[in-house]
Amino acid sequence: MTFLGLNERDTRFLLIVVALTMFTPFLLQPFAENSGLAQFNAGYPDLMQRFAIYGIFAIGFNILFGLTGYLSFGHAAFLGVGSYSAVWMFKLLSMNIIPAIILAVIVSGLFALLIGFISLRRTGIYFSILTLAFAQMSFNLAYSVLTPITNGETGLQLTLSDPRILDPESITNSLPSTSLFGLEMNDSAQWEVFGRVFTFSVGYYVCAVIAIIAFYISLRIFRSPFGLMLRAIKTNKTRMAYTGLNTRPYALAAFVISGMYAGLAGGLLASMDPLAGAERMQWTASGEVVLMTILGGAGTLMGPVLGAGFIKYFENIFSKINDNVLHGWFAFMPDGLEDALITLIHPFVGKGWHLTLGMLFMLVVIFLPGGLVELGQRIAGLFRRRKAEDRSDDGSKATTPAE
Amino acid sequence: MSKSNFTRRGVLKTSAVAGAGLAMPTFFTSMANAYTNEPSGDTVTLGFNVPQSGPYADEGADELRAYQLAVKHLNGEGDGGMLNTFSSKELQGNGILGKKVAFVTGDTQTKSDAARASAKSMIEKDGAIMITGGSSSGVAIAVQGLCQEAGVIFMAGLTHSNDTTGKDKKANGFRHFFNAYMSGAALAPVLEKMYGSDRKAYHLTADYTWGWTQEESIKAATEALGWETVNAVKTPLAATDFSSYIAPVLNSGADVLVLNHYGGNMVNSLTNAVQFGLRDKQVNGKNFEIVVPLYSRLMAQGAGENVKGIFGSTNWHWSLTDEGSKTFTQSFGKEYGRPPSQAAQTCYVQTLLYADAATRAGTFNPCGIAEALEGFEFDGLGNGPTLYRADDHQCFKDVLVVRGKENPESEFDLLEVVEVTPAAQVTYPPDHPMFAGGALGDCNPGA
Repeated sequence: MTFLGLNERDTRFLLIVVALTMFTPFLLQPFAENSGLAQFNAGYPDLMQRFAIYGIFAIGFNILFGLTGYLSFGHAAFLGVGSYSAVWMFKLLSMNIIPAIILAVIVSGLFALLIGFISLRRTGIYFSILTLAFAQMSFNLAYSVLTPITNGETGLQLTLSDPRILDPESITNSLPSTSLFGLEMNDSAQWEVFGRVFTFSVGYYVCAVIAIIAFYISLRIFRSPFGLMLRAIKTNKTRMAYTGLNTRPYALAAFVISGMYAGLAGGLLASMDPLAGAERMQWTASGEVVLMTILGGAGTLMGPVLGAGFIKYFENIFSKINDNVLHGWFAFMPDGLEDALITLIHPFVGKGWHLTLGMLFMLVVIFLPGGLVELGQRIAGLFRRRKAEDRSDDGSKATTPAE
Repeated sequence: MSKSNFTRRGVLKTSAVAGAGLAMPTFFTSMANAYTNEPSGDTVTLGFNVPQSGPYADEGADELRAYQLAVKHLNGEGDGGMLNTFSSKELQGNGILGKKVAFVTGDTQTKSDAARASAKSMIEKDGAIMITGGSSSGVAIAVQGLCQEAGVIFMAGLTHSNDTTGKDKKANGFRHFFNAYMSGAALAPVLEKMYGSDRKAYHLTADYTWGWTQEESIKAATEALGWETVNAVKTPLAATDFSSYIAPVLNSGADVLVLNHYGGNMVNSLTNAVQFGLRDKQVNGKNFEIVVPLYSRLMAQGAGENVKGIFGSTNWHWSLTDEGSKTFTQSFGKEYGRPPSQAAQTCYVQTLLYADAATRAGTFNPCGIAEALEGFEFDGLGNGPTLYRADDHQCFKDVLVVRGKENPESEFDLLEVVEVTPAAQVTYPPDHPMFAGGALGDCNPGA
């Protein structure tokens, strides 16, 4: 059974990914609406879109970091550039997301070519620092100097007076929403069944389809001779050079591809929510994608997506558990015990979500160097008698720690 | 392409799944409501979106306290606070329109992106009918834009930039807080009285939109007095040490330093300026003076001794003696053991104003509420008679000019009110050049 040039195992893998993505609105909404656990539901459009978009971002980052081992600390710059390009397209050309996404990918690709060309002259820590410096430079430029283009701290937004030359003259006095040939991104349908409300958002499914395509391309890159070459760079760059191979064009190609993935993610972010803020380019955002990749499992196909979902889930769900919610949960307990328990949990939820995430990250790095993917494999290994060779989903040794 | 093998088992499985799917009650409700998040049960959910981490976390925490207090009072718990002094008597302490008020909170992290994500999750996941909060103009403007698109009301918290109700104003957004133009208009006469009309000013400005509108406003107001602006230098927002910016001030011939900084920036730049001995200097035969146009008590607390005798403006201060302020300070103090900050006051008032508007409109429909708020005149909420202007959704009320107190009696007693500038003096036409370039658009009820 082969499909689009994939072997049988990869086809099955891709189909599983497709199924998971398509059923996300169900999978993320497991708890009934009125139960105390509804707090943990994540099946609302914005978060699902973020899962898909940051999944794309992390998949792209993994092509660079997972395959070549070059640790870029400036990938958020490409995300930001993509967002700005997309919003400018919405302002000038049309609210259709296609031109916006195309421009986002092209501009971020060019930007990555420029930065990659300079940064890839160095490897290891020097490369990381160079990319970090470029990203911080972009952030500071966007924040203040380039304000006419980026609208500075406030972020670039749509206004009523934008030209939008391809769109028909607006008759209403309100902002148009982004669309795909008339299909509005913020449209959604809801389905209430068994006390659960499932939301099917147009925006999410657009992101999901693009994410699947992005995943498929990354799968093909992983399996291609080009991917093998990139792995060879990671394993031993010097030996490659001795055999007469110039590795830089390969590394540069990987850098540009992953920059374009980041630009695609940025363009999609802007398509779902037409605003581009400078914070998107800050070093914390660059660090986040590194965390996502390592948390999920660097060098594996599924890992970065899992990592992205994990971090976004914490950021959006855990950060909203406040003392009030805690009181709601533990109301059945005697007062003293309730208060003691809440005092104990308080630092870890709400604004303390960073702390919880940090601890989980430490646990993962110490006990599961291969990331969440390794956890999955270990669990699967317990159920499978034959856990010998073909246990890694993508053929690479997933347990090899990054770098 | 994939080759499919039809097996008996496979066919049975597939048809079972398909059958189950079809048998389910298949009613898709595609936004059957009249407006976004129309409350259906006996509660109504408000979304409080404040910075819980980052540089403005202190103010965010105080805002959240105020919101919780407002919810209590709306639901008829506690002493009722400013419900008793509010000129509109619609609110009975039985929630809003008979529905109990519930709330959700989110962390803006003082980043536009994070703020929008958390506001979106409150709207999409928790069904919030109104979003309020923010402690930075960039965030407020970003969230205001989001609420306009989503079709919910945005009641701005602490945001001082002219743009919030200027070029970025939105039909679904409302601001009670004052703005940079008002700071300039209120400060200028006091500065003239204290420091004369022949002064040379040197500006240090936080390099982002709020800083710029503030600098523009203060420059315009002081130059109208006859002051001369020697230089205006932009400082990066992330700066923590301002000594390299302070040193050139000494040789510039300026005799007034205007610090267009807020939060931690202001605490650091003021401290640096005082350490350089600027305040003991004599330039052009006059005492060197420092002005901080936007003051808050939390900042004064951070800067400690250095704020003594320094002028600035503020939206509200707990030492005011009108009935509304006294009641609010008392009920906030009883609840939390400290006086409220100006951020807390504006957030509390915004919540009450929203609840009152919904009650008067008899609906939670954003368009109905917007209509009820537009042109609404009220009193008894601590700022004297106030008007919510329909043209730009900005409140017009008295502005306080304050000075760092020389002999504070407690850790909260740091500012003294020098003058209450009447609303008429800080009112500007809606098409004033500093506010031009935007349009409210139509109110958007969503759905």
